[in-house]
Amino acid sequence: MSIPKRRRRELRASFLMTAPFLFIFIVFFLYPTFSVIALSFTDAPLIGEGQWIGVDNYAKLLNDRLFYTSLWNNLYFVLLTVIPTTVIALLIALAVSKLKGRMQALVLTLFFLPYVLPVSVVTMIWTWMLDFQFGILQPLIAAITGKPVPVFKNPHWVMPMIAVVTIWWTNGFNVLLLIAGLRNIPPDLYEAAALDGATSWQRFWRVTWPLLWPITALVLTLQLILQLKLFDQVYLLSNGGPFNQSYVVLMQMYREAFQLNNGGYASAIAMVLFLFIVIVSVLQFQLLRIGGRK
Amino acid sequence: MTVKRARDLAFSGIVLIAAAIWIFPLYWALTTSLRSENRIVSDAGVLIDELNFSAYLSVLSNSKLPIWYLNSVGTSLIITIIVLVTGMMCAYALSQLRFPGRKMLYLVVVASFMVPVPALYVAQFVLMSDLDLVNTWWGIILPQLIVPVVVIVYKQFFDAIPREMREAVLLDGGGEFTLLFKLYLPLNWGITAALAIITFISAWNNFFWPFLIATSENMMTIPVGITQVNDSFGVAYARMMALALLAAAPVIIGYLVFQKRVTEAVMISAGVKG
Repeated sequence: MSIPKRRRRELRASFLMTAPFLFIFIVFFLYPTFSVIALSFTDAPLIGEGQWIGVDNYAKLLNDRLFYTSLWNNLYFVLLTVIPTTVIALLIALAVSKLKGRMQALVLTLFFLPYVLPVSVVTMIWTWMLDFQFGILQPLIAAITGKPVPVFKNPHWVMPMIAVVTIWWTNGFNVLLLIAGLRNIPPDLYEAAALDGATSWQRFWRVTWPLLWPITALVLTLQLILQLKLFDQVYLLSNGGPFNQSYVVLMQMYREAFQLNNGGYASAIAMVLFLFIVIVSVLQFQLLRIGGRK
Repeated sequence: MTVKRARDLAFSGIVLIAAAIWIFPLYWALTTSLRSENRIVSDAGVLIDELNFSAYLSVLSNSKLPIWYLNSVGTSLIITIIVLVTGMMCAYALSQLRFPGRKMLYLVVVASFMVPVPALYVAQFVLMSDLDLVNTWWGIILPQLIVPVVVIVYKQFFDAIPREMREAVLLDGGGEFTLLFKLYLPLNWGITAALAIITFISAWNNFFWPFLIATSENMMTIPVGITQVNDSFGVAYARMMALALLAAAPVIIGYLVFQKRVTEAVMISAGVKG
């Protein structure tokens, strides 16, 4: 077989094999990515043509108090979830990795199981757990505050409780990654530390923590990106209320586009989230690269 | 030594109790679903002491749950198959073939990780509406076909296969498609199963997109449909919990059966070796 013929066959195969993926990728991903950018400079309704209005949508955003509320609530939610879930997951991972055999498998299953549930199942279960009249957790809340609290209708309780539900739901993922990280730490390092007379506290801070850091950093950044995309739980548990105390950026995008018919403005809101997450992702990439070099 | 054993046992006990508390909400949902509506608002014993299936029967006969099941199974299966087949072929080309634009394609796939998909929903909805696909299976399916991690993972696994194995197949007159489906795929059944399960579960669990695109009750998937029933029940928690558990049953059973694959897939797709 002549070389050029072989080369032609390789090119033909390359084309046939990449074409289906490329087609889907271009039509349903790249095109929407560009069109959301373009839409954000128009006054288009959700369905239909709009006029080019330059940066008016972005100017409007700067004066939109609800948008600042949404941004603030997103950041508040990040504070309530990212570090707490990582700490909880780390404690669970350390405990689980000390167990052996079937016991370990059983405990890990129990901690991971909520992660595979659909979000609406999670919110239905927690709505029942926290029901104002009959919720099984209300006696506990009453013991702390003196009276039952309709948590998803209370402006102070709503975000922390959505955070609790979210941590319960997604924590298993973090536990799994951290356990994998712990398993990759060579056991002889612990033996060496024990020979040097290190206490378990010292062993954690001198051996476990530094060697686990790349995974911990991965967990932190993945969580940051995930929690910035908050929508489902808020929509299902509190619908943004009460008094907009759980209104978040994607909630505003949804309302503007699908209820108020402002496709252009909603796209501008989406672009802000887009930029936030791209910046975080780039930082994550840099952080992990630095971690990998050590 | 016995002191150490006792301490180990106590430690296991404490961790087990913590795990039991963690899973309690799910257990409590099960307990509630097996009681009568009257009973759940009158006493709150935590043990399963009643096996009353009336909530399940009521939910199955008074909601569109069977149709939502069908929609969820159908769309999730189609998504899984298309994502795996297109992703695997693209990964094979990226890994084994030389063609112009190869590096560029790989970079774009990697970069697409950064894009938060919900930010595209407005544009994707407009596109689906232009294609007249609102409230159809394809409307639910098409935007969910973008799962770049499948390409990346397959590429890594294909890269690791020694190139000498290719030559044997090529000498026998096989082409690239033969190579992929007769050599590279069979060598990677494990990872294929793992990717299939995780893709299926995420498609099954997706809420936001189906919620936007499937607004007619007959087109809803499980996670969207069950939120409708919940509005019409009022305070009827036995039925709500029965509904929630029926909706979650396939993923819970799937996870318990394919546990190792699920955890493997979760770790691999996060870029961590288990």
